[in-house]
Amino acid sequence: MTEKILSRRFDLKDSHTLKVYEENGGYIALRKALKEMSPAQILDEVKRSNLRGRGGAGFPAGMKWSFLPKDTDKPVYLCVNADESEPGTFKDRFIMERDPHLLIEGIIITCYTIRSSQAFIYIRGEYLSQARLLEQAIQDAYAAKYLGKNILGSGFDLDLILYIGAGAYICGEETAMLESLEGKKGYPRLKPPFPAVIGLYNCPTIINNVETIANVPAIVERGGDWYAGLGPPKNGGTRLFAVSGHVKRPGCYEHPLGYPLKKLLYEDAGGILDDLPLKAVVPGGSSVPVLKADEIDINLDFDSVQAAGSMLGSAAIIVMHERTCMVKATERIINFYKEESCGQCSPCREGTGWLLKIIQRILRGEGVMEDIDLLYDVSEGILGNTICPLGDAVAMPVMSYVTKFRDEFEYFIAHKKSKIETMVS
Amino acid sequence: MELTVNLKSRLDEIKRKFPFAFSSVLPAIHAVQEEFGYIPLEIEPAVARYLAVPQERIREVTTFYFMFNNRSVGKYHIYLCSNVSCWLRNYESILAYLEKKLNISAGETTPDGRFTISLVECLGMCEQAPVMQINGISYGDLTPEKIDRILDNLD
Ligand SMILES: Cc1cc2nc3c(=O)[nH]c(=O)nc-3n(C[C@H](O)[C@H](O)[C@H](O)COP(=O)(O)O)c2cc1C
Repeated sequence: MTEKILSRRFDLKDSHTLKVYEENGGYIALRKALKEMSPAQILDEVKRSNLRGRGGAGFPAGMKWSFLPKDTDKPVYLCVNADESEPGTFKDRFIMERDPHLLIEGIIITCYTIRSSQAFIYIRGEYLSQARLLEQAIQDAYAAKYLGKNILGSGFDLDLILYIGAGAYICGEETAMLESLEGKKGYPRLKPPFPAVIGLYNCPTIINNVETIANVPAIVERGGDWYAGLGPPKNGGTRLFAVSGHVKRPGCYEHPLGYPLKKLLYEDAGGILDDLPLKAVVPGGSSVPVLKADEIDINLDFDSVQAAGSMLGSAAIIVMHERTCMVKATERIINFYKEESCGQCSPCREGTGWLLKIIQRILRGEGVMEDIDLLYDVSEGILGNTICPLGDAVAMPVMSYVTKFRDEFEYFIAHKKSKIETMVS
Repeated sequence: MELTVNLKSRLDEIKRKFPFAFSSVLPAIHAVQEEFGYIPLEIEPAVARYLAVPQERIREVTTFYFMFNNRSVGKYHIYLCSNVSCWLRNYESILAYLEKKLNISAGETTPDGRFTISLVECLGMCEQAPVMQINGISYGDLTPEKIDRILDNLD
């Protein structure tokens, strides 16, 4: 059994309360940070920890924080990304539901480190009950003097505002999130300038994922070297792997980075539903290239998954067994990005619509063989040609499904029905 | 259309919370929706005036975000997830059951104004797929029997 960092309190009764948090090691790291460490020392530990962003891109957190301008007279903001809308992803929800004070403690230490006195949590509108829990936890943290003025007598002040979104996947993209926090529609901004220099209200801003921030207390308490040592080189710490789809025990499982995918599927998640043969695995949320059953002998760290031709992304693992129609799966994915494209860039706005028309035509039995290459070509036309990576997030998976399961597309077009229907149950 | 007393005090509270007026737009519109169940077009000028932001800011937000209803919906608004993980766990049979039980299609409201069914994207509850939310409350591992129990227990 590996040691749990993020999920160790998840199964305690009333784990979401301040009382249980404090009784089980909570807010000890904060005291250490404020009383014994300087912001520079904490930044150094986070850099040594090799903590990489858990939101999708895997960017080193310490490096991001060090991009803040050194002697700015503007306020610095922290925006925590709790938009969690990438299909298959539900790990941040577990943290907010079961250990909201872990997130809050991480936020306070992070703000002390980056010299911010105003933080925001941007939570998706559909997480209403989680937002209520968090709001209560924030109020309790204020009452206990972990938030507000002169925190624990240190002279450090911090306010934390919970901001509730309203159903727009694009607002998980960091600059769209800033627009939304400024009360606008979620149109991503061009980068550079990066938010660390010009972010919320034109001020230096750090954006990190919920899970990223939730790791900070453990790093402060036990040191960056310890944390780095949990995973393979350049992949510090553990991750919450969210497993869904055709497994016997879907759920959220914490393991060090580099944990074998097969072990996760067959031990933690109990194996494939109905003991059917495996067909495919999506290793990092719906926006990453799919892996075929014979490609899953890999370790789950950023670099190994990339070497296998996909991405660890949000570590949302979606499992598909033999009876899954990959043409229909592709349609579900395209439909999502078509619905969620913000419409700002024409390659994404128009391209997702074209992809949907083509795949729906195939599913209606009206497809022609050229449609397969057309799906690929339209995706290629989107890839890299948009302001934000939402366009890539549809192009990459579509190209992989069409390439790796081309026989199913061909069968569908030739026979006007899914290859799956030929399987006897 | 004017703001109600209750809504005004909600907006006052929201305005106090944010360093800049613009940021109060989303929370304010959430408050409007809580009051009316949707965002009446006629209320937008009053909200804009009260927050001291241009009216197009309000319009931009009410039309961009999926959860803001631009017309009235049923007393119970069902969000049924139709994304990959729920599809793998056969949300389609749950949809068919809901449509038959309520005698409406996705996107419609029952004539008595009690139920609206909306097909939505991933709700972030994939370990319990298939899932739905009703007025923000989540229900997972859905079966027809479970749907019966949930709907029949609503008042
Ligand atoms: C379309 C799109 C949606 C995204 N959604 C999320 C999200 O829901 N949560 C998240 O943390 N990051 C999301 N990201 C990544 C963020 O832009 C950003 O990289 C991340 O929040 C940074 O935090 P991290 O470095 O701690 O991972 C999304 C990116 C894109 C392009």
